[in-house]
Amino acid sequence: MTTAPEPAGGDPRRLQAQSKRYGERLIKWLLAFCAILSVLTTTAILVSLLLPTIEFFGIVNFFDFITGSDWSPQFEPPSFGVLAIVAGTVNVALWGMLVAIPVGLGSAVYLSEYASPRMRKTIKPVLEILAGIPTVAIGFFAASFILPNIIVPIWPGEFLGGAEGKPFMALAAALGIGLMVVPIIASLSDDAMRAVPRGLHEGAYALGTTKAKVATKVIFPAALSGIVASVVLAISRAVGETMIVVLAAGSTPQMTLNPVEPIQAMTSYIAVTATGDIPAGSTDYKSVFAVGTLLFVMTLVMNVISIRLVRKYREVYD
Amino acid sequence: MASFGERRNRLAVAGARATTEAMLGGQPRSDVIRNAVFAGLLLLAVGLALAGLLALLIQAFAKGAPALSPDLITNPPSTAFPEKAGYRPAIIGSLLLIAGVVLFVVPVGVGAALYLEEYADKTRWWNRLIEVNIQNLAAVPSIIYGILGLGFIVRGPLDLGFILAAGSLTLALLVLPMVIIAAREAIRAVPDSIRQGSLALGATQWQTIRRQVLPASIPGIATGVILAVSRALGETAPLLLVGATVFVTFDPTFLGTDGYSAMPVQIFNYALRPQEEFQQLAAAGIILMLVVLLAMNSFAIWLRNRYEQRW
Repeated sequence: MTTAPEPAGGDPRRLQAQSKRYGERLIKWLLAFCAILSVLTTTAILVSLLLPTIEFFGIVNFFDFITGSDWSPQFEPPSFGVLAIVAGTVNVALWGMLVAIPVGLGSAVYLSEYASPRMRKTIKPVLEILAGIPTVAIGFFAASFILPNIIVPIWPGEFLGGAEGKPFMALAAALGIGLMVVPIIASLSDDAMRAVPRGLHEGAYALGTTKAKVATKVIFPAALSGIVASVVLAISRAVGETMIVVLAAGSTPQMTLNPVEPIQAMTSYIAVTATGDIPAGSTDYKSVFAVGTLLFVMTLVMNVISIRLVRKYREVYD
Repeated sequence: MASFGERRNRLAVAGARATTEAMLGGQPRSDVIRNAVFAGLLLLAVGLALAGLLALLIQAFAKGAPALSPDLITNPPSTAFPEKAGYRPAIIGSLLLIAGVVLFVVPVGVGAALYLEEYADKTRWWNRLIEVNIQNLAAVPSIIYGILGLGFIVRGPLDLGFILAAGSLTLALLVLPMVIIAAREAIRAVPDSIRQGSLALGATQWQTIRRQVLPASIPGIATGVILAVSRALGETAPLLLVGATVFVTFDPTFLGTDGYSAMPVQIFNYALRPQEEFQQLAAAGIILMLVVLLAMNSFAIWLRNRYEQRW
């Protein structure tokens, strides 16, 4: 009990606790520290990214880095034109999203508007399984199945250089990444469309609208901010994905958006370079952090946009 | 015999109904076709997604089947004798990594969630900052956590060196936001009346949390932890940067300085080798991992459904 028994007819009862309850306060501070640890994590990420990056820009001109299109750190003299590996990332993300957006949104519309509750209950967990598959497995699948058994037979031998006989190419990684992000788009867009009030459906149906039109002209626009948020988040995941790109897209920095060329993405440069035995403190080593900073900034912008958009649709219909 | 007025009414109603049906009842042919095409496209989309998953599973099983044997679990990797090579150090490495992740992530994740849900005043800017920060951290690419591990944990301020514990801490920080978000949802699902009842009986805030809120939210928290652990188990990229060196033929330990390996990293290493035997080993490793992950995820879903409380 927090208050001592009072003598009958004595002082008016005091409602505050008599002891200071130091234990309770200690617990509160311990829990607060756990929460603050997440802010410390962000700080640590920034520190570990920025310090070597600043040193890197002491050696390599920032302007050359951000506008150059020749990425050859191993050459003599080395060249750090980051656009070549940014192009690799964009190449993979672009073609991957071209496949993933229609498939993901189609699945989302099907799940939220067309599927019977039973179908929904089977398909959604299956998509969740897909979302839980390690990316190294998807990368292996992209390199050892999608490339030789799907792309090579379909792609005309001559067109854009052809796919025949190439062990790595952007398109294989792009399709793998598409497979990876489809569940993200499908699941989050489905949630957004299901958050649209029933009244909008029923109003539209009462006016004699067909099912396809209800889905595309009423529900889809109403859920648009949530849908865009899911797509932006998916792009951010595609840009930040490492294993699929390393396994299927190769390590050839190339300034191209041609899907049948081997490329190097920003993430695969980081993974390949930082795994090798490069001495800490070398320019190569620091370049990993500079590329990491650029990657961090790119994904952060997309994540902030996505979080904002999600909050917006929650505000409208909650 | 109905009166004349009644018959006239009935006629009028029937006429109106016929007109309405003629005008609105049937859909125009173009709409019917458009609807069917649209529904067909949607089914195609779902079908493609499911076909992709199915193809991935079938390919892993078809390719990995010849390499599936007890050797896979009991033998260390080998480049000279791929037919006898296995995943033993990688499996032990992954188990140790995961043990470390759980030890770190459960107290810290639940603690942070409790603070944000039970103590934090949401109008204060620092609490909102923590909240936004966690949302953002959850979406930071995993390789950036690798850079954090390399620059802050392995070298830099913590300077642990390339040891398994450093990898474990890196993975723990990677999945921490997931655990916090899941735990917050579980804690939020406990209705306020439970807390108010407990406080009204004279319990302190911590007593209320420990005896009422936490027990009620444990299933949700456990589900979140399992999903986070299965994510950590499958992560490869950050481990590459914090020294999960790929050819470890001995059993790794938590603080051993001779290097360590993990399941996905070993799979990655086999997958990079073009020879058919190594490709089979990689596929067999993927089967092992998918079986474990599927079991964990199914258990999490079962747990969620079994203990989901309706208040």
